[in-house]
Amino acid sequence: MQAQAEKKLLLQVENLKQYFPVKSDSLFKPKSYVKAVDDVSFHLFEGETLSIVGESGCGKSTTGRAILRLDEPTDGKVYYSGQNILDLNKKEMRKLRGDLQVIFQDPFASLNPRQTVKQILNEAMAIQEVVPKPKRMERMLELLGYVGLPPEALDRYPHEFSGGQRQRIGIARALAVNPKLIICDEAVSALDVSIQAQILNLLKKLQNQFQLTFLFISHDLSVVRHISDRVMVMYLGKVVEIAEKKALFDSPLHPYTKALLSSIPVPDPELKRERVILKGDVPSPINPPSGCRFHTRCPFATEKCNNEEPALRKLGENHFVSCHYADELAK
Amino acid sequence: MNAENRPILEVKGLKTHFHTKRGVSRAVDGIDFTLRKGETLGIVGESGCGKSMTSLSILRLIPSPPGKIAGGQILFKGKDLVSLSEDEMRKIRGNEISMIFQEPMTSLNPVIPVGEQIAEALRLHQKMSKKEARDKAVEMLKLVGIPSPEKRAKQEPFQLSGGMRQRVMIAMALACTPEVLIADEPTTALDVTIQAQILELIKDLQTKLGMGVIMITHDLGVVAETCDTVAVMYAGNIVEHAPTNKIFSDPRHPYTQGLIASLPKIHEDQDELKTIEGSVPSPYNMPLGCRFASRCPFKQPICHERQPELAAQPDGVKVRCWMYTSQWTEFQQQEAVK
Repeated sequence: MQAQAEKKLLLQVENLKQYFPVKSDSLFKPKSYVKAVDDVSFHLFEGETLSIVGESGCGKSTTGRAILRLDEPTDGKVYYSGQNILDLNKKEMRKLRGDLQVIFQDPFASLNPRQTVKQILNEAMAIQEVVPKPKRMERMLELLGYVGLPPEALDRYPHEFSGGQRQRIGIARALAVNPKLIICDEAVSALDVSIQAQILNLLKKLQNQFQLTFLFISHDLSVVRHISDRVMVMYLGKVVEIAEKKALFDSPLHPYTKALLSSIPVPDPELKRERVILKGDVPSPINPPSGCRFHTRCPFATEKCNNEEPALRKLGENHFVSCHYADELAK
Repeated sequence: MNAENRPILEVKGLKTHFHTKRGVSRAVDGIDFTLRKGETLGIVGESGCGKSMTSLSILRLIPSPPGKIAGGQILFKGKDLVSLSEDEMRKIRGNEISMIFQEPMTSLNPVIPVGEQIAEALRLHQKMSKKEARDKAVEMLKLVGIPSPEKRAKQEPFQLSGGMRQRVMIAMALACTPEVLIADEPTTALDVTIQAQILELIKDLQTKLGMGVIMITHDLGVVAETCDTVAVMYAGNIVEHAPTNKIFSDPRHPYTQGLIASLPKIHEDQDELKTIEGSVPSPYNMPLGCRFASRCPFKQPICHERQPELAAQPDGVKVRCWMYTSQWTEFQQQEAVK
């Protein structure tokens, strides 16, 4: 959204790995792991929106949680303004959480049902010590104004609000501590389309107003197209493609991205398009396929894909793809 | 859709109400539609609009109490389902009219092999022997595209993936070759690549078997790709009923227009999405006039006073809105004079 030259790096993720141990059948068998996120690297510029898309189990939410250290990552580095946040101790991390906020899918599960909106917002500000006590009331009213809720909302409980309004409370809470980066984990997925549109507009407005950076995790590609500057596609714990939004939607390079884009039902009965329907299901992440993880469902797979794991390589400006044959398929 | 295709399901003035402590909730409040052989009718709307309650009413699966079909008729091949006894209804349910639910894990029995669950329906409705039913179950699993069906038939639901479970549900629903299939959000819980497979499968089987399909969904993309006609529901009413291409190219009702405008587009960039202001009225306290009036950009005083009828336009599109009535200009003039 901003001029090319003055892009500042906000967050850099290097070789992030998140393995979860699986109970093995026998004591003596080697332990197996779900490799939910397996060697993922990317960066995030200040003020931009990067989306992570993929199907369930691809590791998109796990990536978001690992960055915030909500689950402790197995390996890797996450640099935020120059320091590796995985090295921070609890106290330092808590301080940093003011900069890094998150909005979850289900606002009902992430808001305390026994707290009024006032208590919810107050608690956030108290923990981060962002606003001195006497000024908090004023700040709370200001926050409600930003997210489009009436002042009366302060004394009400989460259950008294509709889904869209609850999501607004979640956004207000995230904003309360003056964050720089907000991770939106399926933040609009549970909402009806007309409400979803309201929340998407609100997020965009707030981004401009406060120069926020978004890491937007979603499975809905139309929403992603609307909100992002860049898009990262994941499959079974790996990054398969990262590109500027326009490049990714107009000329996707990875066969998986192509299939994903062509499977979305489009609300336009006139539109006739070529459809790539993938065969089969996503394989289990416990024993992912060898070589390229997508080769079991890929229409172009060869022997090489079975044996050799493709690296993420640059093809075009800001366009990275991990496929052995991406350049040939593009022709 | 052929002209000679006769209607197999006619819903007339259906009302489903729930009597609760808070009062009467009018979940479905007087809806009419017709389904023909081989037709796919989409019912769309946002949460709480009554689309699922409509489908449950057709199969008489409304939990009662508190729910009750308070009025109207559901004519299936001329028979009124509302007045049938539970025994007679059971012969139709799963046999002549089947349903696929959103979450296969909660609608399959978790401790019985899936093949046996399909066979049960066949033995019950088609009076097949154990062996025949088992063979037919495997055949059905094959039909819905499950690899190594003999092996899968002996497995329990938890051993299958989400997409495969949904295929089992479809196999079960289609085992008795029903004339009407009701699919209630059949792909909402699935990933897009699997969703594409399942929608393709439903379409494919429909052409093979010539069923009428009612596709209930909140996803207008799914509607555009699968349905012949669409009924848009809002707060327990049908507000517009039209051929699918007309709904998208020329939406009439302000709600339909708002709904379509609020979708993020995958093939173009927009700075801001259009929204519909306000929220749906409570089902316990429906307004007197048009239910959309409080959110409607074109509203006139009449809209708050009297509810419009679902009326056919010259081109056959049915819409429930005062704007499309002959009195509309009159209302506007009256307002201008005031």
